[in-house]
Amino acid sequence: MTRKCIIIGASHAAAQLTISLRQEGWDGEILVIGDESHLPYHRPPLSKAFLSGEKTVETLSIRPAALYKKNNVQFLQGRVTAINRNKKTLTLRTNQGGVDELSYNKLALCTGARVRQVKLPGCELNGIHYLRDLADAESIKSKIAEGQRAVIVGGGYIGLETAASLRKLGMEVSVLEMAPRILQRVTAPEVSEFFHRMHTEHGVRIYTNSAVAGFVGNGYVNKVVLANGTELPAHLVIVGVGVVPNTELAEAAGLKVKDGIVVDDHCVTSDINIVAAGDCTNQFSKLYDRRVRLESVPNATAQAKSAAASLCSFHKFCDTLPWFWSDQYDLKLQIAGLSHGYDEVVIRGDQFSGRSFAAFYLKEGQLIAVDCVNRPQEFMFSKKAITEKAHIKPERLADDSVPVKDLIFDTERNTQ
Amino acid sequence: MASITFIEHDGTEHAVEIEPGKSLMQTAIDNGVPGIDADCGGECACGTCHVIVEGKWISTTGSASEDELQMLDLTPERDDNSRLACQINTSEAMDGMVARLPEFQM
Ligand SMILES: Cc1cc2nc3c(=O)[nH]c(=O)nc-3n(C[C@H](O)[C@H](O)[C@H](O)COP(=O)(O)OP(=O)(O)OC[C@H]3O[C@@H](n4cnc5c(N)ncnc54)[C@H](O)[C@@H]3O)c2cc1C
Ligand code: FES
Repeated sequence: MTRKCIIIGASHAAAQLTISLRQEGWDGEILVIGDESHLPYHRPPLSKAFLSGEKTVETLSIRPAALYKKNNVQFLQGRVTAINRNKKTLTLRTNQGGVDELSYNKLALCTGARVRQVKLPGCELNGIHYLRDLADAESIKSKIAEGQRAVIVGGGYIGLETAASLRKLGMEVSVLEMAPRILQRVTAPEVSEFFHRMHTEHGVRIYTNSAVAGFVGNGYVNKVVLANGTELPAHLVIVGVGVVPNTELAEAAGLKVKDGIVVDDHCVTSDINIVAAGDCTNQFSKLYDRRVRLESVPNATAQAKSAAASLCSFHKFCDTLPWFWSDQYDLKLQIAGLSHGYDEVVIRGDQFSGRSFAAFYLKEGQLIAVDCVNRPQEFMFSKKAITEKAHIKPERLADDSVPVKDLIFDTERNTQ
Repeated sequence: MASITFIEHDGTEHAVEIEPGKSLMQTAIDNGVPGIDADCGGECACGTCHVIVEGKWISTTGSASEDELQMLDLTPERDDNSRLACQINTSEAMDGMVARLPEFQM
């Protein structure tokens, strides 16, 4: 009998997993079960080029249907509601409402994350949206109208990208941030200030220290009310206040879950027949010496490759450098590493009046992360230097007249 | 059929059909050519679609933007004919082109 690998979730991690499984020599069946009605597609453009209309649905697919077919990968639309690890079966609820039981030899959890919902008065009104999948993006798109007011709740990357896209399309945009500054959770004050200035220059109104108290409308939202009583008129509200990993299925099946499905260095869960990859996982990072749950495409693909190898009984160590990108207006932000725990920020370039600079994060002299705005060279340099645990003199990093290439020669390796 | 051949680091060859207008990166991804990661989906943001275009074919690929050059600059396996595949639009003129893949994508 041929062996069967079932993948739950059909997005970035799953798409890579199917291809990598075949590359690693898996000759059994591959079945992907996902609850969305599309083949795996690129999510990042949903707040960027897709929202602003520069990219169409057709260009979003991660791989074409023909390639899955060639690799003999089957897709099924439905929702997995339970896993029985003893019997090695899972329960599937199809879109038509039918219930099925399927057997597996190997299982991959690529269930990703879902948006965190706000529970505030009026949150059920029409016109209040979240942005995670294509259906969300399409319904937001259908409400975009020049000159009308959009209010974005949450000043994180997705909120700010959405603000930039809607602004491009001529909407009046406000961003509400509860914290004293936008991007507070992820960047240094210097970087927050820069993005604040950029958005302001593009006509976006940013309200910091502004918690939302509720939404008002008659069936359809028309106002957002702040905790301090201020009322902002709104035709469209988009809430972007983070995500929660989809771990309930794993937890109910008795797998170890702690802020994500716990996986080892090879993306194997606490059951050797089950791997997990992508936004739903929690993995130890050697580089940062702590467990991390990452929400990024590069992480989903890297983990999927490692998980595929594990399913084929090979070992592909997964400890890649976390990195991320974001596009807002003509600004290309590239981030490498995790800045958490930094004790010094060094700025290269001019973040006060220019549109290009790099913010290096150091911890006890060691480069641990970087935020680069329109600075691809610094980004590529940092990817390497961070992995190598390089110590670089802050004066040199800050000196824009020192070519990036020469910074390499300044690195002192960590000798511990 | 107009085709391009990708050669993996270990010598494995993949001849794939050119669909004019599609990027070289997308052409590789859509045909399941291993060795191109294309993490950012073609935004010139990740540098994981590095290819080395062979000899005379480089002239058919157009010129690299400043951003692309900067991304490539510190790539370990950098060659004079290095390009980011997502920044190359394929055309019939590339029939017969050979693109080599580096051992590692950054
Ligand atoms: C608007 C937006 C912009 C982004 N921009 C960037 C960016 O610029 N760069 C970057 O690196 N990352 C970005 N991200 C994050 C990136 O999209 C995620 O990290 C990536 O999608 C994770 O992939 P995944 O496969 O782990 O899970 P997901 O993409 O979350 O997919 C999981 C899938 O599994 C399905 N599923 C879950 N449970 C079940 C079940 N029980 N049965 C069936 N199906 C199930 C879900 O419905 C979903 O379709 C962005 C995300 C969004 C929403
Ligand atoms: S695909 Fe990311 S740079 Fe080409």
